[in-house]
Amino acid sequence: MITAEIQNSIVEEFEVFDEWLDKYEYIIELGNELKPYDEKHKTKSNLISGCQSRVWLNAELIEGKVIFTADSDAIITKGIIALLIKILSERTPYEILNTELFFLDKIGLKENLSPTRANGLVSMIKQMKNYALAFKTIVENKK
Amino acid sequence: MIDINKIRNDFPILNTKVYGRQLVYLDNGATSQKPLQVISSVAEFYSTINSNIHRGVHYLSSKATEEYEKSREKVKTFINAKSSAEVIFTKGTTDSINLVAFSFGEKFISEGDEILVCETEHHSNIVPWQMLCERKRAKLIKIPVDNNTEIIMEEYEKLLSSKTKLVAVAQVSNAFGTIHSTEKIIEKAHKFGAKVLIDGAQSIQHFSTDVQKLDCDFYVFSGHKIYAETGIGVLFGKGELLSQMPPYQGGGDMINSVSFEKTEYAELPLKFEAGTSNYVGAYSLLKAIEYLENIGLKEIAEYETELKNYAFEKLSTIPGLEIIGNPKNNSGVISFTLKDIHFYDAGMILDKMGIAVRTGTHCAEPAMKRFNILGTIRVSFSFYNTKEEIDILYNGLLKVKQMFE
Repeated sequence: MITAEIQNSIVEEFEVFDEWLDKYEYIIELGNELKPYDEKHKTKSNLISGCQSRVWLNAELIEGKVIFTADSDAIITKGIIALLIKILSERTPYEILNTELFFLDKIGLKENLSPTRANGLVSMIKQMKNYALAFKTIVENKK
Repeated sequence: MIDINKIRNDFPILNTKVYGRQLVYLDNGATSQKPLQVISSVAEFYSTINSNIHRGVHYLSSKATEEYEKSREKVKTFINAKSSAEVIFTKGTTDSINLVAFSFGEKFISEGDEILVCETEHHSNIVPWQMLCERKRAKLIKIPVDNNTEIIMEEYEKLLSSKTKLVAVAQVSNAFGTIHSTEKIIEKAHKFGAKVLIDGAQSIQHFSTDVQKLDCDFYVFSGHKIYAETGIGVLFGKGELLSQMPPYQGGGDMINSVSFEKTEYAELPLKFEAGTSNYVGAYSLLKAIEYLENIGLKEIAEYETELKNYAFEKLSTIPGLEIIGNPKNNSGVISFTLKDIHFYDAGMILDKMGIAVRTGTHCAEPAMKRFNILGTIRVSFSFYNTKEEIDILYNGLLKVKQMFE
């Protein structure tokens, strides 16, 4: 599935919720279910510091695909991380770089991506793209 | 007695709907909302008075200057300074502290000197001193607090010596609302000849201030936290001290005469007010103080104390909620953590319910570090808040707990 399709399916999933409360309860559920993050990757260089919540992001290139794992100390942030990973992890660097993230706006959670909330998510997305760019160079040099 | 309905009508923003809900504004420590009396005064100034101050001989210029100086006079009375020459208009608390750190630092700080600041201070009352110490190879030393966030007097006394040149402490801590024993702190510092700067950013709006009784050497605050516009603040300094300090910035208005050979600086207070001042901000500060005086500082303090006590009582019944600080020695702020719930999560859910609180480090990272926490949820009050709003906050927090536990 291409990244836009996954985003569309997330948007559909969220359409059943009329109330903000239900949406957030679902995000919290996603946050609680996020795949555990390897403690050894909780390094300073993987830390993205917002003044509100902290995010750790690790990336590896395996068989031409970028594998992202991430964690946060705040559950809502973790829930959104789960969605971002669903969309951007296990993709080629090219796919990641060409993905326009529109789902948060459509599911009405855009406020979580506002830089003024300083929760680390904006920097995390930027960092994911940076990784993709760096890996793209590696992949191209191998060719 | 405060007429709460009448007061709330003075603040149009309180009627705002947030995500379809009634706004509950409990972030007054960050900034206060403005009454119509202040909002309209700004429009009135631009419509009828506006002209640059201290410049022209014409009617408007002299009228604008008159209002600017009236504001200075009002501040002087409000904080009980000896003379209006001791009242310098700045951009705000941070600007005032930077002015002192530069100017007092230039004149009085040299290598090996020591500056003491409380470890729970706002970054604004740490970083300028740190920069000064780096410049002058002086030493910045923290005054420790106890588990109740109160300064440990014995430790403070031990730190004082003939090397101590300046002590900088908030009257009320912005992170925890702790009222520091400033009078004692000042008295003890003076015994060693050290000067004291009091950061009044979180106290000026809650109880009456008397800089002569305090005997502080500097007192600083921001207009926007006391119901005036943003971008205007005050530095009070004792006259004899300010006169010895060199100007902070050069420019218009702070000079008597300029030539390429030698420039003569203006007398106080203009020596420290280079360039066109925020005279409209000063006018709004005048109107804000008049507004507060009309309600009565005593009445405000009484009402806010009642509100705060009610909030302390109510919030402390929530299991897992831990208040940081001593409720009996506190003003305007309640700072707390929720067991196993991140402040960001709590803040996001409260926001969705229309409740504005501040979460995080409150620009006081060392203070958080002292208590081994990453941040808190901070509720801060004004006299326009109500017990009903505290109840909404209480229910909001119960909802947060239910969602994350």
